[in-house]
Amino acid sequence: MADDIRALSAQLAQDPQSLVFLRLGEALRRKGQLDAAMRVAVNGLERHPHLADAHDLYARILTDKRDYERAFDEWDMAVRIAPHHTGALKGLAFLYFKVGDVAQAEAHLEQARKVEPDDPSIDQAIAMMRKGTAPPAPTVDSSSAASPTAASSTAQAPQGSGFDEARVFAGLEGANEGLLLIDGAGRVLGGALQDQAGTDVTDTVAAYLAGVSQEAARTAKLLGLGAWMGLSAEGQHGNVHLAHPTPEALLLVVRDRGMPLGRLAILAQRATAMARRWLEQQ
Amino acid sequence: MSKTLDLVTRVRGVRGAMLVSAEDGLVIAEQLMEGIKGPAVAALAASLAGRLRRAMEAAGTGVAVFWHLQAEQGALLVVPGTGMLVVAVAEPDVNIGLVRLELLRAAEAVL
Repeated sequence: MADDIRALSAQLAQDPQSLVFLRLGEALRRKGQLDAAMRVAVNGLERHPHLADAHDLYARILTDKRDYERAFDEWDMAVRIAPHHTGALKGLAFLYFKVGDVAQAEAHLEQARKVEPDDPSIDQAIAMMRKGTAPPAPTVDSSSAASPTAASSTAQAPQGSGFDEARVFAGLEGANEGLLLIDGAGRVLGGALQDQAGTDVTDTVAAYLAGVSQEAARTAKLLGLGAWMGLSAEGQHGNVHLAHPTPEALLLVVRDRGMPLGRLAILAQRATAMARRWLEQQ
Repeated sequence: MSKTLDLVTRVRGVRGAMLVSAEDGLVIAEQLMEGIKGPAVAALAASLAGRLRRAMEAAGTGVAVFWHLQAEQGALLVVPGTGMLVVAVAEPDVNIGLVRLELLRAAEAVL
């Protein structure tokens, strides 16, 4: 374990932008080095504020420190970013049970079960709750199989949807902000958006953009312009570029007005290529 | 209004220009080359402009002051204003920057 921590620390030092902080933070948490784990998680969150797994990690550390209120906020944030994040759903279930809201606790576990029907720890936690027993707390001492947060397993396997979403644009300039990939029905496939006040506007923007792809295609066709390739727009406070990595998917890139439309189009081209590769792999 | 649209259509590569009601997508004035279906384009441009406006406001970028749809064989360029859109249809090799400037000037004159 100590060797793992050393190796992971070295990796992180070499590439501070990498997601290895998730594994390092989890390793430190499991070792009980909570203050160190906390520093790693907070630094990671500063670099990847829209990464659901980072919020999940931080929540688990806060839970170990018995700071349940902040842990709730972090898991809540993780679920807002990635509604199917089972680790966060299980964490919230644990905290709801702790304050006596069994109905909410069970609802969150049921939600997690829909995402991961084969995860035995969810059935186990539901059964324990129904018997009136608290499910295992997500602490260092909990066995990974019984922990409500175990399914996120950020340290071992990047299975959470938040992790995958972050990977869509990994390595791209500004990969963690202002990039949104949606399907034709306006469902978020990856990325996240915040407005200037820092409010998460991902779902709202995605909903408004639903159907834009078809409408742009119809307009271009009607004008005899062939297939549409992109849509650039200059706003009062920021610029946006829309592209379609596949006929159904739509990619939105948002940047402040400091980035000219031409440069934004180049960035969008790169993001489009990455999104296309990612979609093909799914 | 025709003079205003002249500002836009005189740019090399522009195939037509229109003033469109943003609310109902109806053509207010047009100067289009043969073959361009003005009313249909106006309706779709207004609809697209509406979606884009809502999405951009939600994203915190404020309302669009200019947008252009790029396609394989040309582009649709739009300057939205209060209740109206100034729209240009252009060839693929058009000087986008110049059309943008003329659209903004036209919008200033009529909106």
